[in-house]
Formats: sequence, C-alpha cells, structure tokens
Amino acid sequence: METVAIFLGFILILSIFLGFELIAKVPSTLHTPLMSGSNAISGITLVGAIISAGTGEGNWVSVLLGTLAVAFATINVVGGYFVTDRMLGMFHKKETGGKQ
Amino acid sequence: MNRDVLINAVYIIAAISFIFGLKMLSSPATARKGNLVSAVGMLLAVVVTMLNKEIISYQWIGFGIIAGSVAGVFAARLVAMTRMPEMVALFNGFGGLASLLVGWAVYHYQPSVNVFTAVTIYLSVLIGGITFTGSVVAFGKLSEVITGKPVLYTGQQIVNAVLLIGAIACGVVFSIVPAANYPLFIVSVVLSLVLGVLAVIPIGGADMPVVISLLNSYSGLAACAAGFVIQNNILIVAGSLVGASGIILTNIMCKAMNRSLSNVLFSGFGAVVNSKAKTSVEGEVKPIVVEDAYYILEAARSVVIVPGYGMAVAQAQHVVRELGELLEANGCEVKYAIHPVAGRMPGHMNVLLAEANVPYDQLVEMDDINPMIETVDVCMVVGANDVVNPAAREDESSPIYGMPIINVDYARTVFVLKRSMASGFAGISNPLFYKNNTRMLFGDAKQSIQGLVSEFKNS
Repeated sequence: METVAIFLGFILILSIFLGFELIAKVPSTLHTPLMSGSNAISGITLVGAIISAGTGEGNWVSVLLGTLAVAFATINVVGGYFVTDRMLGMFHKKETGGKQ
Repeated sequence: MNRDVLINAVYIIAAISFIFGLKMLSSPATARKGNLVSAVGMLLAVVVTMLNKEIISYQWIGFGIIAGSVAGVFAARLVAMTRMPEMVALFNGFGGLASLLVGWAVYHYQPSVNVFTAVTIYLSVLIGGITFTGSVVAFGKLSEVITGKPVLYTGQQIVNAVLLIGAIACGVVFSIVPAANYPLFIVSVVLSLVLGVLAVIPIGGADMPVVISLLNSYSGLAACAAGFVIQNNILIVAGSLVGASGIILTNIMCKAMNRSLSNVLFSGFGAVVNSKAKTSVEGEVKPIVVEDAYYILEAARSVVIVPGYGMAVAQAQHVVRELGELLEANGCEVKYAIHPVAGRMPGHMNVLLAEANVPYDQLVEMDDINPMIETVDVCMVVGANDVVNPAAREDESSPIYGMPIINVDYARTVFVLKRSMASGFAGISNPLFYKNNTRMLFGDAKQSIQGLVSEFKNS
C-alpha cells in the first residue's frame, strides 16, 4: 500500500510542476479558452465515474452514484471542449479576416 | 496482451495529448488545434476505460454518457458569448460534483477501506463539494440570479472557520474508521456543500475572475483526489495539470488587482470601500456630445479603446469593432487595451472582441500600452472604471491604491462612455472623470458608439 501511495504521490508532484511550466507562458488573450479548456480536462474524473457506474446492479446505490457522476462529468467534458472550440474559432489574425 | 497494460499504455497517450494540448493553447495560432488534441486524448482515455475488468454492465454508463453529452452539446452551442463566464463556472461545478460522486460511489461499494484510501475519498468529496456549490453560486452571481455584491454578516469568518475545522475533524475521524462512519460521511458531504456556498457569497463581482480561476483549480484537485481513490494515473496527471493552471491564473488575477489571495477570499471588497469612500476630487465634469466627439476622433491619428464589463452589459462589442474599422479607414491607428481583470473572468474582453471579429493582433496588454500611452491622441473608455482609475496610482488612501491600471489619463484626450456619474463596481469615486483632458460621453455605450458610427458614415 505504502509503495503505491508514494508512487502516486511522485506522479502528482511531477505533474504539478509540469503544469506550472506549461501554463506560465499563456498570453492573457487566451486566458478564457485556457480556463475552459483545462476545465474540460478536469472532467477526466469521468474515467473513475465509468468504472463506478459499471460495477453491476448488485450494489444499486453505487451504480446510481456512478451514473450521476458519469452524466455530470460528461457535461463537463463535452460542454467544456465544445465551448472552448467555439471560442477559439472566433480568434483570428488580421490578414485572414472574415468570420468562419 | 494484458488488458491492464493496454489501458495504461493508452492513458500515457492521453496524458501526452493533454500536455501538448495545453502547450498549444498558449499561442492563438495553434490554440484551436490544441483543444482538439486534448479532446482526442480524453476520448481515447474514456474508450479504453470501457475495457476495465471491473465493469460488468454497460447500460448505465451509456445512459449517463448520452444524457451528459446531449446536455453538454446543447448548453455549449446555445449559450451567448456574453454568457460565457457563467457557463464555464457551471461546467466547472459539474466536474467537482462528479468527483464527489465518484468518491461516494467507491466508498459505498466498499466501506472498509484502508486509511490512505479513506483520506483520499474524503478529500475528493470535500474539494468536489466545495467546487460544486461554489461554482453554482458563482454562476448565480455572474448571471445575476443572486446579487453580485458581497454578502456579508457579522461573525462570517468565525462561522466559516468553525465549519472548516469541523470538516477537517470529521475527515480525521472518518479516515481512522471509515467502515463504521457512514452517517458521519453523509454529514461531511453536506458540510462540503455548505462550505462551498459560504466561501463564495462574500466575494463581490469585480473579484469574480479570481474566484473562477480558483474554482477551476479546485475542480482539478478534486479530480486528482478521485484519482488517488481509484489509484488511476491519468486522473492524477490531468487533475494536477488543471490544478496548477488554475493556481497560476489565480495568481495572475490577484497580481493584477494588487491584492493577496487571502484578501480576496476573506474580505468583502465593497464593505471595506464604503467605510472610507471620501476621496476628495477637484475639478469639474466636462460632458461632450456625440457630434463633438466625432470631430475629435476624425482628427485623431491614434485611438486606444479600453473596454470593461460595461461593454459586455451593453452588448457594445460589435459597434465598437465597427467604429474601430471606420477609424482605421480614416487613416487612424486603432488598438484595444485590455486590463487583465477587465470583465468577470480572465480574458473575458478578449473573447468578446474576438466574437465581434476584432483580430487578436489588435489587442494589447496593459504593460505594452502604458509606456506609449502619452503618444495616443484619444483613449476611449467603454464601460471600464476601476481599471482606469488614477486613484490607484495617486491616492494612498484609496482602497485600490497600488493596483496596476491602464494610464488612460496620460493620453492627450480621454473619452469616458458612461451611463451616469454613479461610481464603479467597487464603489470608488474616479478622479479620471474630473481631469482636464477627460470628456464624458453620457448615455448607453452602445447607442453612443452607434451615434459615432453614423456620424462617420454620413460624412
């Protein structure tokens, strides 16, 4: 158990540092898309929800909680990526011009 | 091949997609592709998870995914661009709620877990719950369902502190004997939801960008905690990437307001302000009519437009862009100067102007415009107030003293488009309105600019 905890902790720390490095250079123009894009990524909890929702009806409370989690996480993921894409579709440089 | 190996191999690919996706989001030219890369990574992770051996029935998964997708697509397609901040807040809250539910489901399935798992279950419920109700309150504030002003009462901080300590105490007891403490667990769920509400209600509208970024970070941390619960790498990696990005944004927003995070979270801004709003201002207000404003703009060689939340409220971004184009056709150089905390979420103004078809290379940041602002003929302030208030620079008694602002008062002429002389969101009087080079163009921002546009067209 302890080894697993340490191992997961390792991943956590490295990912946090990686996150800081990745995001530190985003220009303020893109702050909103960055937020909603990263917000969509936080819907990754969907993966955990799927496992809970699929454990079989033997434990119906777990399945119910898992199914609700799947639905909400999916809204987060799908809505988040779509909104971000819609926003980014509007950003354009001067040369290209015109609305797509 | 062993299923678990395949699943984890695909998770690695998903993690790489998220990392590259976020990296590509840092440049406007690649951002859209980056979002797509990250979405593909998410799809891969979801699909491969279906192979997990613990899954024996798919009907409820399918039901949840279909319901969520339909709701998500509709919400994302139909929302107006001005409503974007609250939409993002709501999506964010759902992510937090999902993490809470995952923690709960795992605990219900197998209540006798070891201490480590119990702690992580508790954290995913606590952070997830705070994220959920906190985001819903933020959603309510942004969409003006509930008041955007700080909600304060005496003893508020004590109540919050007691609840937080209570939540931590519950967590300790729960983690030591998780199997015997189901009722305590339910209490903790409720406690986390209440905490989320209480944490966000004292925070006022102008501080919303900070809160939104912080909640964004929380939703990542909640996913991260859920990852520890089910011992899943991809949740931990993705969750902490989001957590880190949210913290960085929060920090940028705090710096742009010259306030510490604890100051934003624990002191209702408006309340502090009203007690000492006594800034004595000299000079008189000089109104201007659309026609005179037109003659000045017509002669100007360079114009800088400074948008604020008022532009979003008046839905004036399209006429602003039209005016900008007419000015350019007139041989004038037009730029849009954007303060980092203008609007209600980080980068709010940029999105609105992009919607109105303003090219992003015309948008300049505060630090780039300030050194050259003295050479600008006309600064047009459209619905911004506190972010151009010279009191932040000059008046040490002002509550916003020290906050970096766009120094529009150094420009040759300043037009301020404003409904009336009422003070801005923070309730602070603005000496800018009384400066010699300032002209007030009273009325609805959209109508005023429309007036200017038709003056240009008729000439």
